[in-house]
Amino acid sequence: MAYDYEKHIRPGKLPHIWCPGCGHGIIMKGMIRAFEACGLEKNNTAIISGIGCASRMTGYMDYNTLHTAHGRAAAFATGVKMAKPEMDVIVVGGDGDGTAIGGNHFIHACRRNIDMTYVIMNNSIYGMTGGQFSPCTPTGALASTTVYGNPDPTFDIAKLAIGAGATFVARGTAFHAAQIEKLVAEGIRHKGLAVIEILDDCPTTYGRRNKFRSVIDMMKRLKEIAVPVAAAAKMTPEQLEGKVLTGVLHKEERPEYTEQYAQVISRAKGA
Amino acid sequence: MAKKVALLQGNDACAQGALYAGCNFFGGYPITPSTEVAEVLSIELPKRGGKFIQMEDEIAAMASIIGASLTGQKVLTATSGPGVSLKQELIGYACIAEVPCVIINVMRGGPSTGMPTGPGQSDVQQAKWGTHGDHPVIALVPASVQEIFSETVRAFNLAEKYRMPVQVLYDEIVGHMRERIEFPEPGELEVINRTEPTVSPEDYKPFDPSFGDVPPLAAFGSEYRFHVTGLNKAADGFPTTKANLVDDEQRRQIRKVDGAQPEIELNEEYLTEDAEVIIFAYGSTSRSARYAVNEMRKEGIKVGLFRPITLWPFPEKRIAELGKQAKAIVVAELNLGQMNLEVERVTKGSCEVPFLGRVDGEPINPGQIIDQVKEVK
Amino acid sequence: MAQRFEIRFSGAGGQGLITAGIILAEAASINEGKHAVQSQSYGPEARGGASKSEVIISDEPIDYPKATVVDACLAMTQESADKYANGIKPGGVLLIDSDFVKSVPAGDFKVVKIPIMRTAKEEVGREIVANVVALGAMIALTDVVSREAGLKAVLAKVPEAFLDLNEKAYSVGFEKVKEALDA
Repeated sequence: MAYDYEKHIRPGKLPHIWCPGCGHGIIMKGMIRAFEACGLEKNNTAIISGIGCASRMTGYMDYNTLHTAHGRAAAFATGVKMAKPEMDVIVVGGDGDGTAIGGNHFIHACRRNIDMTYVIMNNSIYGMTGGQFSPCTPTGALASTTVYGNPDPTFDIAKLAIGAGATFVARGTAFHAAQIEKLVAEGIRHKGLAVIEILDDCPTTYGRRNKFRSVIDMMKRLKEIAVPVAAAAKMTPEQLEGKVLTGVLHKEERPEYTEQYAQVISRAKGA
Repeated sequence: MAKKVALLQGNDACAQGALYAGCNFFGGYPITPSTEVAEVLSIELPKRGGKFIQMEDEIAAMASIIGASLTGQKVLTATSGPGVSLKQELIGYACIAEVPCVIINVMRGGPSTGMPTGPGQSDVQQAKWGTHGDHPVIALVPASVQEIFSETVRAFNLAEKYRMPVQVLYDEIVGHMRERIEFPEPGELEVINRTEPTVSPEDYKPFDPSFGDVPPLAAFGSEYRFHVTGLNKAADGFPTTKANLVDDEQRRQIRKVDGAQPEIELNEEYLTEDAEVIIFAYGSTSRSARYAVNEMRKEGIKVGLFRPITLWPFPEKRIAELGKQAKAIVVAELNLGQMNLEVERVTKGSCEVPFLGRVDGEPINPGQIIDQVKEVK
Repeated sequence: MAQRFEIRFSGAGGQGLITAGIILAEAASINEGKHAVQSQSYGPEARGGASKSEVIISDEPIDYPKATVVDACLAMTQESADKYANGIKPGGVLLIDSDFVKSVPAGDFKVVKIPIMRTAKEEVGREIVANVVALGAMIALTDVVSREAGLKAVLAKVPEAFLDLNEKAYSVGFEKVKEALDA
């Protein structure tokens, strides 16, 4: 049976702006299936994004949607969630938006452990502006601003999120479409800040410059480098060289921010 | 029953005014000399079930209040020059997305870190031009503790009524000084809430011009579902690059304030009727000016004070009239020349516009103003 | 009372002089129905440095909120005396902590010397109430508000556990000035 994605999409808002071969559409579909699985109510859900290709997703989804300024999605979302904790809040965006210009908001959302789900689509590049290197571009890679090879070290988003205090951290890839749904759904059900990094491809601005001959080559790479955490446990460091762990990487229980603030309110009222 | 009175600091009065107006969300970041606003609200808001959040930086504070406002809350942030500079992009966002919010700027010396505990009035042009792009501006400049209370209430009213950010600017002197305040009774000052849509959810457009220049705003989490973006957008809220739609939207946003200027404008005139020289001053400087006017009147000098309480939109019409009546309009402010440019622009050479500025961290004292007025030939 | 009476409290940050100014302004505006404005200037130090707190009291609404010519000035430290004892009007008064202000600024004003910190420590029992000792002394010196209005404002400001301590501090300060003036 064909899945009915259309009912989550605003009438008349497709086609999207994403290039042929871009993984964002695969991720959007995985998210939609997760929303459906979790029973999110459209009126009671806010999807909030920053700026960039991935952030355009909010325009298509038939929910309360807030397309904010570059990097600021987590901070806007914190305002929404804090004001109306009963709403489900989803943050979406790219790697540059979330970890460079928005890095401060990202780590503090993790630290507060505010109950939101942050899906970060990591295609290792600033796509919308034409392929400049991001904090997630591999060292040595070519970008429009690193034509001699990228001198910058690379962020590991999942480790960053864990270090900053996120209580649910997972990683998937645009190739592993079924897993996206599972990880996002688990993130939504988790109480606290859930970060789901989805490794993605940008054939137009990254693949082209870095000797990927086709979208298929990029997708194959995602397939090859991904190692589920359970499988990785049985592998040697040599075998894990160049691989990326996928699945749920971290999960813990810690007081959630809006619940903590509800206690502030009762203390203030009792005082 | 006698009204409740207290000796209150300006920043405390700001917080109390916000509560009177129904503020239920504050997002901020600590910065001198505004921090007392946050401190008071961190205590008072949760008592009323409201929310206070100290964000990771100034930009996040601005983002948090815009997000909260879109859920239907009345929102406030308070900061000072460096913080306002950081917030500029998102002030523009609140303009284009038409999100009601109030921004308090307790002005200190600048630029940059400047003089954190010293007064300044050098952010007044920033209030108009700080964020990029064309956008409407409302900025209020109270001069006393009582007026900080009432102008904070009015800022909320204007923000909610016109669906936009409203800035309240007062210098460190007014923000930190303590004066007696009489608390208005509930209902004594008008409190305006935003207009919510009445159309069916299917027909709702967040920027629908058929409801006038200020379309009703729904809340996230209600039966209405809508999209908000910082891109140029059409009436339905979705991005567009169609020239006529972009043009319509931009002009409507400017028009909503321009067209309502008589309602937004608020000035005080003191002994201007027969004045040959008029002092233009606002905030703490207007208090020095009033003192100076009283001293000079004792000597028989025909001098008066024009004190804008709404600084933006600028009281063009009245200043132009006064420029024809007076020999000179002396502009006194704690900067090196900002609002004098506006007075010069609207008086179009009909009078002299001598300027008195000060930026050393001290207030302009009455003696300086008297000397400046006496120099007018 | 003169139309406009200006008092300056100066000393080091952390000595409670801003609080002293606030209490005086409350005594005048809340307890006596006069107009009062309190303002302050301070540096980046939470403790130390030179700090001042000014109170303007008037029967009329107060326009200019800062001191023009000071009627009475308190200086708790040498630094504050050097920095803030200027601008006392002819015939005005300077109150100094005589243990700390050794070099007394010269001018056409009366100087009253009291060892304020030592009095707080030895006669009241706690150095921390030196600001209230100083406040009692300033009110006795200037008569700008009644002794009772000043005391009422002090007691309204302090935590219940410290009412007696502060009342004592206020009275000792007040009496010290009477003694100094009689001497």
